[in-house]
Amino acid sequence: MLPKVLSKDRFADFVARLLGGGRVFAPVAKGPQFAFAEIAGPDEVSRIRMDYDISILPPKKLFMPQRETLLTFKDKGPEGVRAEVKSQPTAILGVHPYDLHAIATLDAAFSKGARDAYYLAKRGATTLIGLNVKAPANENQFAADMNAIDPPAGGYDLFLTDLGDRYYVEISTGAGEALADDDMFTPAGAGDHKGKRAYDAAKAAHFTRKLPYDTRYLPELLDVSYDSLIWEAAARRCFSCGTCTNVCPTCYCFDVLDKLSMDAHSGTRERIWDSCQLEGFAVVAGGENFREERPSRLRHRMFRKGKYIFERTGRTGCVGCGRCITHCVAKISILEAFQQIADQVGA
Amino acid sequence: MTQALKENPPLVSAYLPRAAKIVEKRKLTDGETWFRFTFPDAQGVKYLAGQFMEVSLFGIGGAPISICSAPGQRDDLEMCVRAVGDVTRAMHALNVGDTLALRGPFGNGFDMDTVAGKDLLFVAGGLGLAPCRSFILDALTRRGQFGRVTILYGGRTPKDLLFRDDLAVWAERKDAEFFVTVDRPDADWKGRTGVITTLFRQVAKSDPARTAAFIIGPPIMFKFAVLEALGRGLGKTNIHCSLERRMKCGLGMCGHCQIRNVYVCQEGPIFSYADVIRLREGI
Repeated sequence: MLPKVLSKDRFADFVARLLGGGRVFAPVAKGPQFAFAEIAGPDEVSRIRMDYDISILPPKKLFMPQRETLLTFKDKGPEGVRAEVKSQPTAILGVHPYDLHAIATLDAAFSKGARDAYYLAKRGATTLIGLNVKAPANENQFAADMNAIDPPAGGYDLFLTDLGDRYYVEISTGAGEALADDDMFTPAGAGDHKGKRAYDAAKAAHFTRKLPYDTRYLPELLDVSYDSLIWEAAARRCFSCGTCTNVCPTCYCFDVLDKLSMDAHSGTRERIWDSCQLEGFAVVAGGENFREERPSRLRHRMFRKGKYIFERTGRTGCVGCGRCITHCVAKISILEAFQQIADQVGA
Repeated sequence: MTQALKENPPLVSAYLPRAAKIVEKRKLTDGETWFRFTFPDAQGVKYLAGQFMEVSLFGIGGAPISICSAPGQRDDLEMCVRAVGDVTRAMHALNVGDTLALRGPFGNGFDMDTVAGKDLLFVAGGLGLAPCRSFILDALTRRGQFGRVTILYGGRTPKDLLFRDDLAVWAERKDAEFFVTVDRPDADWKGRTGVITTLFRQVAKSDPARTAAFIIGPPIMFKFAVLEALGRGLGKTNIHCSLERRMKCGLGMCGHCQIRNVYVCQEGPIFSYADVIRLREGI
């Protein structure tokens, strides 16, 4: 599909068109920061901040909510247990390229093996409208190193680039094509294409590379750094609070817990976010803790991000968004760790 | 659409369990109870030695429990459950006729056909006898397909010994060697005393290249038992163990059972010692 152009004068019409198809989530201000929030109606279009730098939580929360019901039961089961696979048409507007990459990673992870009905139902009912971003939100971002400053092929329905008075609109799917089939969209001309090229050139200049090596070597460098002291050094500052996994766009570990209703017979089986950084994460019923030491938990997360998820899904486990660095109370930096391992070979 | 999404979402939740009915229940020790389950849906169950089930009691939660009965296509399965957590304690309070929920079987299991013709050495410590029993019963059921069969079992005290009916049968069998020991004897104990590694002295010499060992028990027991097996010349790939982890979902998703890049609930829990070394965090 050839790119189109959406004049900013028609942006409100575009949001209204999205609202006609279901729920709409978009970046809005949350204090001095930003969050993806529901835009309840056309009168809330002014809340949308297409100039946001980065959201606190990634859009992951819309496919894998912090708490979701897997099953309902009555009379304590097992008869009368029902699966609660639910979804509703949803558009997410303004997803930056690194977050689109993270969603593609989650798509791959949840499509493996038993294929997760809950995630895939929500994901399948979602329209992704990506948004180009010209410069890193802060010094913690290293999305260029993780090849995540341009959107993943096929990883969005529409992808918008801000050209001042208009958006350059790339179309990747049939759903995107249908959405752009309206007179508010006009075919892109030479000036628009040139504008997009200039935008991407400026972007490439702003997103400087921060790792001394190409990330294709990251899994192997981690492998030879397994016994490095850098995990121990970083873990000395770690509080094992789990903030890094909560804000991570590709972390998807979870726990499953039962919630009993007041009648003490019916209830729900729920999936909630969990974190491999919490002390009890790998404890078995007998009390043995298989990742008791803080450095081993910290290393496990860094290895998941730089090696394991990639090896299992073929997609990057870290998109370089920098959220885990920004929000870490101890200022532990996965970027710094990935930089340090460059010198670990043979150490 | 990314490649991963091109297929339609599955309509059925992988978290939906099957009902299973308790048809037999027997207290084996103060802390461990044996259950036999059948399936009201009459679909039966097929599993390999070493596989496990996710047991659910709705309102309380779920727990992974290894299967202790002989493998194959069957109408029933058995579990030996130690009361250590919320779910397992609640299981002990259930009675014959009660139903609970099962998902599975999960895990790689172990196909005993792959060791046909070899001498088999089973080393079980404590509750490790439960999963190990599945292997042992299989070997003894089709006894002719294997070489020498030797079973070593160690418990903390005589009161802790599981499956005493089986132990008596194994001790009587002429076509299998069976040795049991306890760490701490009581006044009535007439058998051997000492940690399980002391039993290796009883084991007749066999060709290490034609021997497969199954060492299942607590990590500390595995560490020492594996040294004995290696000392007898067994290769790392001929020593098999079962790793215990918190296998919460059974689907290779939730992350709790992950060892480095291996999900024990899918690629385990049965690993060769060669794999355990490679994993580093295994034991």
